[in-house]
Amino acid sequence: MNLTLRIWRQRSPQDKGRMVTYQVSDVSPDMSFLEMLDVLNERLILEGEEPVAFDHDCREGICGMCSMVINGRPHGPQKLTTTCQLHMRHFKDGDTIDIEPWRARAFPVIKDLVVNRSAFDKIIQAGGYISAPTGSAPDAHSTPVPKPDADAAFEAAECIACGACVAACPNGSGMLFTAAKITHLGLLPQGQPERETRVLDMVAAHDDAGFGGCTNIGECTASCPKGIPLTTIGRLNGDFIKAARKRS
Amino acid sequence: MLDNQTGDNQMGNDQMGNDQMGNDQMGNDPMGNDQIGNYIVGEPIAETKAPDGPIETRWERRRFSGKLVNPANKRKMTVIVVGTGLAGASAGATLAELGYHVKSYCYQDSPRRAHSIAAQGGINAAKNYRNDGDSVYRLFYDTVKGGDFRSRESNVYRLAEVSVNIIDQAVAQGVPFAREYGGLLDTRSFGGTQVSRTFYARGQTGQQLLLGAYQALERQIAAGNVEMNARHEMLELIIVDGRARGIVVRDLVTGEITTEFADAVVLASGGYGNVFFLSTNAKGCNVTASWRAHRKGALFANPCYTQIHPTCIPQSGDHQSKLTLMSESLRNDGRVWVPKKAGDKRAPGDIPEDERDYYLERIYPSFGNLVPRDIASRAAKNVCDEGRGVGPGGLGVYLDFADAIKRLGRPAVEAKYGNLFDMYQRITGEDPYEVPMRIYPAVHYTMGGLWVDYDLQSTIPGLFVIGEANFSDHGANRLGASALMQGLADGYFVLPNTINEYLAAGPFPKVDGQHPAAVEARTQVEDRLQRLLSINGDRTVDSFHRELGHIMWEYCGMERTDAGLRKAIELIRGLREEYWRRVKVSGAGEGLNQALERAGRVADFLELAELMCIDALHRTESCGGHFRAESQTPDGEAQRDDENFSYVAAWEFTGAGQPPVLHKEDLNFEYVHPTQRSYK
Repeated sequence: MNLTLRIWRQRSPQDKGRMVTYQVSDVSPDMSFLEMLDVLNERLILEGEEPVAFDHDCREGICGMCSMVINGRPHGPQKLTTTCQLHMRHFKDGDTIDIEPWRARAFPVIKDLVVNRSAFDKIIQAGGYISAPTGSAPDAHSTPVPKPDADAAFEAAECIACGACVAACPNGSGMLFTAAKITHLGLLPQGQPERETRVLDMVAAHDDAGFGGCTNIGECTASCPKGIPLTTIGRLNGDFIKAARKRS
Repeated sequence: MLDNQTGDNQMGNDQMGNDQMGNDQMGNDPMGNDQIGNYIVGEPIAETKAPDGPIETRWERRRFSGKLVNPANKRKMTVIVVGTGLAGASAGATLAELGYHVKSYCYQDSPRRAHSIAAQGGINAAKNYRNDGDSVYRLFYDTVKGGDFRSRESNVYRLAEVSVNIIDQAVAQGVPFAREYGGLLDTRSFGGTQVSRTFYARGQTGQQLLLGAYQALERQIAAGNVEMNARHEMLELIIVDGRARGIVVRDLVTGEITTEFADAVVLASGGYGNVFFLSTNAKGCNVTASWRAHRKGALFANPCYTQIHPTCIPQSGDHQSKLTLMSESLRNDGRVWVPKKAGDKRAPGDIPEDERDYYLERIYPSFGNLVPRDIASRAAKNVCDEGRGVGPGGLGVYLDFADAIKRLGRPAVEAKYGNLFDMYQRITGEDPYEVPMRIYPAVHYTMGGLWVDYDLQSTIPGLFVIGEANFSDHGANRLGASALMQGLADGYFVLPNTINEYLAAGPFPKVDGQHPAAVEARTQVEDRLQRLLSINGDRTVDSFHRELGHIMWEYCGMERTDAGLRKAIELIRGLREEYWRRVKVSGAGEGLNQALERAGRVADFLELAELMCIDALHRTESCGGHFRAESQTPDGEAQRDDENFSYVAAWEFTGAGQPPVLHKEDLNFEYVHPTQRSYK
């Protein structure tokens, strides 16, 4: 199939940036979206132009590196699918496709479609862990974990930190990301000792990093490639209120 | 036997670590020495750090005999860790917890994205929670046998021993392993074993273990003990007075080249499977950190040992940029088959039961679909070579869940493998609940890597190598769910104990960017980048990489022959020469330039590829993942030659296109007697 691509090109963080139109032809429906961009980039290099910069790595939907807004939706039209797992069979001949970077105050553009997501690491640094130095652990079976808790913790732990939630949120909030970690660790017995400090510190770090506040719109969960549920934010709110009350 | 041997070591061990990297060594051999596959036999090399005596107490005795560093001195010392996968992140966090200052580097935008994240199936540990006859000794035995008797007993025993601590550590960090209704940990079985010792977190075990290590690392970053440098790539090693003292890195965002120093350098930079272009590795995985260290004198061991994983999604066309693994755990419940008749084009559902060949169950009745990876891969190749392959190009076999769905019910299959089935459907557009999956082998892991001793130190003092980047534990074939085990064993428990012995002699004299060795290394990096940018040819980096991949898959893949390997070496040399003449890299050295990043990596793959072929050519036996067509049993299984090849091949670099020097480390088996591996 033949497609028209309109891609955000921005040379540097200082550059204003603009949409640039490219034609690509002979796209196979079995190609992944990124393979289609590879074909474009190979051509641009041979024409002496700079290829389109985009983040990608594992190309199997788990590293969280790929990050494109496709036709206005983070990771494109297919639900529960990262950009790298999106295949061209979901588009048709003659389509025009808009490709943009994540746009959020906390994720400044570095170049073209590449953004800086180190704000997520800052949130984890504030408390997204259980303090268990190497060598200090008791036998793994010393604390049984009820299966429903373990399963719900796993579901939240599946977050790949791609940032689609932030890109989708009208407020540019990173609350789904933060809540996923709060939920994962807060559901496990091992996570209890730091549960209250964790939620206060992580939310403070979230706010400091320039993310917007959460107003329960739900765009985040709708665009999350891992389907992290909105109930995690409810859980975060509950933990936060409890902890904040204690502290005050 | 060693038909290419040209006599004694002409280079001499004294030259190790003193290699000068001149531009003249980058292209084809300027001396016209094009003897294909030539190499020089050098002095043998020996592992001397492992104590002898009872294997059960070797690790304990090594920890006791090794020197310690007092806490006040630890604070004065810095360790560089390159890579933040399971090995690098766990090592970085643990070294920082011990009190060392750590400088950590990764090319991704966050340490959490290292490719360990993609490991699916699980992690082995000799917990024997199942009471099914497992033990540390059995895990040790299975791993030595699975590696086809080409690994070191001491190292493997230690790995099995610390495996139990890894599970404890991960659970304490909040890794959400699968659990049973009673709240205890669930396990499953994996290829090459008959016990159930694999702990897992659905199909995302690597992700969950890596996040555990990443979170521990972030905790140390917050505490100021780790300086994290994401989007930085190591491009050279700096050696001062014979010790690894630093690295040259490029900031991938600004393009700035800097020199970084420490008292020791740890490489945790992963494997080199991307030399095949198509592999299950992430696109950014590369050999550059290891290869730069190799060029500076670190020996490279067993480069030809690559693992071809049997269950990957087949290639769909020439545009393919990578291959996707379907976890080996699927072989627990899925049945592998092809039509009995060659060229059978019927849909799988139309082929009656008695016209299907469940070939793994037929040939290997006792292990069935759970034979080790090398055996399953080659069996798939054989049936496809017979014209019985399925799907486009006949390069695929069925992995069928119909029986499992009938036996367990769809919900149970969904709970176990749901995310894998979803992934398969997203990529192929086919529903594996309705039609059998199609799978085909793909390059997945490299057992070879930089040579290390029992302390995980390379032949360059102060340079330690952990995880997939070293060669130490898997021999010629790695068992499933053992990569995660090894990465975390090295990072959490082994290196943080063994590195003290080396650092007890530190802190070493301060070095800065003005030191001649630093200036030289930095200049080499700058010159090389400039050279890549200035060629301005007419072929892209990817086109070279694809061509290299074709050569390697064809001649150094699942089956290797003398003639094929010689041809490959010739082709690789030609391609390398062409690369430095015709490659086109657009853009500049300043700022983010992904084409330039790839160009440097492919240049190193073009050198590594030749060494892999030389190693494969010299090892005329078959063992594990290395199958030489000339060396097979009457029924087509790998035929080892223990009399001549029971050694580790550790190669010394002498220049691109120059004959490398082979240093042999003899392998001695005191506990597990080498036999022909049988899974029948």
